[in-house]
Amino acid sequence: SEGMESGFGSDFGSGGGGGGKLDPGLIMEQVKVQIAVANAQELLQRMTDKCFRKCIGKPGGSLDNSEQVRAGGRTGDPRPPRSGRPLRLCVPQKCIAMCMDRYMDSWNTVSRAYNSRLQRERANM
Amino acid sequence: GTAMDPPSGAGLGGADPQLQRFIEVETQKQRFQQLVHQMTELCWEKCMDKPGPKLDSRAETCFVNCVERFIDTSQFILNRLEQTQKSKSAFSESLSD
Repeated sequence: SEGMESGFGSDFGSGGGGGGKLDPGLIMEQVKVQIAVANAQELLQRMTDKCFRKCIGKPGGSLDNSEQVRAGGRTGDPRPPRSGRPLRLCVPQKCIAMCMDRYMDSWNTVSRAYNSRLQRERANM
Repeated sequence: GTAMDPPSGAGLGGADPQLQRFIEVETQKQRFQQLVHQMTELCWEKCMDKPGPKLDSRAETCFVNCVERFIDTSQFILNRLEQTQKSKSAFSESLSD
């Protein structure tokens, strides 16, 4: 959606090059959209990997029938859960949904922390 | 380079300064995004035990520390590499440290 906010050519001025056959503004907008899509795919791929590991133990014949990962986040890990609450959820889907949200939270936290560090480094240069 | 280096878009975009600037900016943004993807993945392994209804403060602190330490590590590696290449004649000598 970031690539959609500005109108075509409005940021960069219209009709840049000589012949005007290829509008640089249009190309730049298209590139921004493609970059955004690629990032979303990357995020999805890593999130799927992590949440599959967290939530699916022994894969069953369907998602409902797949054994949930036990306490500790790893299959067969004998350590008791930290809090008193039971960690098993009714179906893996709830685990996956929660995992997705936490992954997004983590991603945002990392993004902010990295950004802060960059600002600090620039200020110190 | 490290996670802190500025981008070089030199040579790309040809004569068009708008395009060149655009490539520089997008390259830098993408480098940032890639690091966030990478660090989130690494730090998730270190900081997330079992995903709960929210990110608790201990996990959040862990993620922040993890980012800082990752960048420290990246800088350390580059600096030391630079030093060992300066002080020793052959790079292979430094590998026996």
